[in-house]
Amino acid sequence: MTETISERASHPEALSLVPKAEARQSMKDFKSDQEVRWCPGCGDYAVLAAVQGFMPELGLAKENIVFVSGIGCSSRFPYYMNTYGMHSIHGRAPAIATGLASSRRDLSVWVVTGDGDALSIGGNHLIHALRRNVNLKILLFNNRIYGLTKGQYSPTSEVGKITKSTPMGSLDAPFNPVSLALGAEATFVARTVDSDRKHLTSVLRAAADHPGTALVEIYQNCNIFNDGAFEVLKDKEQAQEAVIRLEHGQPIRFGAPAEDGLGVKGVVRDPATGDLKVIDVREEGADGVLVHDAHSPSPTTAFALSRLADPDTLHHTPIGVLRNVDRPVYDTLMADQLDTAVEQKGKGDLSTLLTGTDTWTVVG
Amino acid sequence: MTSQVSSPAEQADAALVGGQRSSGSGGEGKEVRRLDRVIIRFAGDSGDGMQLTGDRFTSETASFGNDLSTLPNFPAEIRAPAGTLPGVSSFQLHFADHDILTPGDAPNVLVAMNPAALKANLPDVPRGAEIIVNTDEFTKRPMAKVGYATSPLEDGSLSAYNVHPVPLTTLTIEALKDFGLSRKEAERSKNMFALGLLSWMYHRPTEGTEKFLRDKFAKKPDIAEANVTAFRAGWNFGETTEDFAVSYEVAPATKAFPTGTYRNISGNLALSYGLVAASRQADLPLYLGSYPITPASDILHELSKHKNFGVRTFQAEDEIAGIGAALGAAFGGSLAVTTTSGPGVALKSETIGLAVSLELPLLIVDIQRGGPSTGLPTKTEQADLLQAMYGRNGEAPVPIVAPRTPADCFDAALEAARIALTYRTPVFLLSDGYLANGSEPWRIPEVAELPDLRVQFASGPNHVAVDGTEVFWPYKRDEHTLARPWAVPGTPGLEHRIGGIEKQDGTGNISYDPANHDFMVRTRQAKVDGIEVPDIEVDDPTDDGGRGAGTLVLGWGSTYGPITAAVRRVRGAGERIAQAHLRHLNPFPRNLGEVLARYDKVIVPEMNLGQLATLLRARYLVDARSHTQVSGMPFKAEQLAEVFKEAIND
Repeated sequence: MTETISERASHPEALSLVPKAEARQSMKDFKSDQEVRWCPGCGDYAVLAAVQGFMPELGLAKENIVFVSGIGCSSRFPYYMNTYGMHSIHGRAPAIATGLASSRRDLSVWVVTGDGDALSIGGNHLIHALRRNVNLKILLFNNRIYGLTKGQYSPTSEVGKITKSTPMGSLDAPFNPVSLALGAEATFVARTVDSDRKHLTSVLRAAADHPGTALVEIYQNCNIFNDGAFEVLKDKEQAQEAVIRLEHGQPIRFGAPAEDGLGVKGVVRDPATGDLKVIDVREEGADGVLVHDAHSPSPTTAFALSRLADPDTLHHTPIGVLRNVDRPVYDTLMADQLDTAVEQKGKGDLSTLLTGTDTWTVVG
Repeated sequence: MTSQVSSPAEQADAALVGGQRSSGSGGEGKEVRRLDRVIIRFAGDSGDGMQLTGDRFTSETASFGNDLSTLPNFPAEIRAPAGTLPGVSSFQLHFADHDILTPGDAPNVLVAMNPAALKANLPDVPRGAEIIVNTDEFTKRPMAKVGYATSPLEDGSLSAYNVHPVPLTTLTIEALKDFGLSRKEAERSKNMFALGLLSWMYHRPTEGTEKFLRDKFAKKPDIAEANVTAFRAGWNFGETTEDFAVSYEVAPATKAFPTGTYRNISGNLALSYGLVAASRQADLPLYLGSYPITPASDILHELSKHKNFGVRTFQAEDEIAGIGAALGAAFGGSLAVTTTSGPGVALKSETIGLAVSLELPLLIVDIQRGGPSTGLPTKTEQADLLQAMYGRNGEAPVPIVAPRTPADCFDAALEAARIALTYRTPVFLLSDGYLANGSEPWRIPEVAELPDLRVQFASGPNHVAVDGTEVFWPYKRDEHTLARPWAVPGTPGLEHRIGGIEKQDGTGNISYDPANHDFMVRTRQAKVDGIEVPDIEVDDPTDDGGRGAGTLVLGWGSTYGPITAAVRRVRGAGERIAQAHLRHLNPFPRNLGEVLARYDKVIVPEMNLGQLATLLRARYLVDARSHTQVSGMPFKAEQLAEVFKEAIND
């Protein structure tokens, strides 16, 4: 273990400007009176329940929480949360939420989006929200298909996907949302799975604590148009080989337990290429196994981890918090500039502004 | 020098008609003549600093107290190829001792810094006018570049003009020889030499320009002094050289202005101030979401300077994000604005539709430019009216307000904010490149005179449910305005969800019910139709009880200046004509139909292919006659006057 693990202070102040709830909250407080209209069996139900179940833990005044979404199945989410909410237009939720969050620092703003909404029509807004580091928590429901328009391939679908719009197979290579976010200078990037309530909640907690933009990719099953897309990550036996669970400060081990109780597989850096690779610790020993460092200033290892996943088989898919680093938050910086301007020039006086410096007087 | 005496037609521009009033002799031995008005055009390469020169002459003129109107005209390229016709940049300034309305049709004086500037501008210069040319640039190559086989200064082709050949470059370099500047550096001050010369010719005050130069180059005092020296050298050159035998006085326009304190202001600056003022009057923070685009970017630049007013400016990744962020801020309780030009409006259309559906206040400022597509970024046009009116999917009515002069952009911004805040709706503010960059004197308003725009956020339940509980309905409307409550996040008990899907009347819940959709579409339309706007006023001095003019000219937006100047000419020639100008394009003033019906003929001049005329014909079944121009330049008063006369006598 040659690398040191970055220290990072915890940031309870991430939500410090958001008023706290006066009374203890329960999951029920966050359920709206609207009937949930997703298809029976949709993975969205599990995510909704996890979010509603997690919110009381934050203890924030419910009126200071806002969910903003775009268009798509997952984007109906705000209607089911008994908070403030906006169901906006396709792809634009990060832009709208940016305006809200940067003008109202007393709000906890969440964006709910999907793979088509965030990565296709709204790709530009997503990457720019990430690089700006606006105080937004973005939940990207990735089901690798277009559901609401009834089953076309999406920008995360595997190459060759047979769908209504691609009867001979899709031609374009998919995005890896985690890789994309890391490349877009994101300060917090995590991945989780709809059916793993415990893991999903732990990732939500970390995202909520993060000051700045947090991207949480949630693998979500569309049981109508892409059923079983993530089965390999959910089936207990297959998951051993497929899922790499990342924990900050822990060796990156997965697979069936070895003698030391950790997985028989480990992730090491290949000294020849500098890239990461998976080894069997029974054969090569566990000494070179990387220890996960979510707080590393450099995103390169996180990126390399994100590339371990095979886009077709999903083998070696890392889940958990890949990156979680501090960078000044856009809305804070914006507010600071306003304060600085007042310090330097005094509070604006309209009459002085309108008058300017070059005037003349006409006497009647 | 008869060239500078206003022709009778030009004098008709003025409310106070006056000719060459007196001539006398100047204190320095040179003759001084008095003029009532002058039009000067500075023209040179895009890199010659003509806009700055024009701005400075304008400031001197404003501080002297003349009425004035300006027309900057420049290429879209930042540094177009030097010495070429497309690279010519010009600045026209009209100033007078009386009230004027336009930057003038044709210059009395052209300052041409090179052969390209001469060639590009000569067609606009009337015979007999004065032309000051920089002879240093009239060498073989620069002349060949623009197709002069022989020098126009020598071949007699300018014999109809009063030409002043001045070696501006040489004189500037000579004046700066003690500064140790390279030839190239020294040459750059030639615009200040020209400004000094013109400042002498027209008796302009000089302190402002000297102070400006010292402030601008505060960090490079050498350069500051070099420019001041070139400026003074230009002034002294005018005073000493025999070529300039006469200088001119244009007295302050004291009678044209009501009592008050004045400043010179451009349209984009006035609009920016209007937004800051609206924010203060509404007691709401201003939030601008914007993406840079010509000719709107100056509003983003200006507002970004006023963070000490609590103004947040967000330069977005694209036009869509600009308006998206503004809409998000509107949801949060800001006075939200997005600024753009026509191509940007096209990109914002879907979000404007969302704002219509959400019924949140939002200002969409469109500084129109030549289109379609990229079109003419630095030229003016009024061709976005129908885009603003109809350019969205579904029935998505948006109120439209249009300023008429540069200074009026201030009041128009306040009016747009009033409508947006009162009726909870996106509002279009349609300015254009001509207003944006043009400038005029502005009577600075007292803050106490400004309208009160304060709004009441929703603070509690507004409805009693069938079971007797008190609830909040986000789409329960004000009976009078039909506005829905503005309940901002952070207000306990009013948690609600809004979106672009059709919603149930009252509750705001998703509804696909046919009758409800029909009701909601009609209600949103009724809300905009019901916006209270002032009646349109008709100016018809001959209307003394039924014997008024038979012809009405109706315009909107920036054509106000040229139309009004043309109407004055027509009346000066003894014809009867009535004039009215629209500030509100949606909804139209209540009395507009009745006004139109009163006249035999209605002429509608527009810088498009007849967009307002189309709306008027559809709405009022009136035989509106369109007169259109889409040259990227404002109408000329003289030409409009001819059109009006023909129509009257048709």
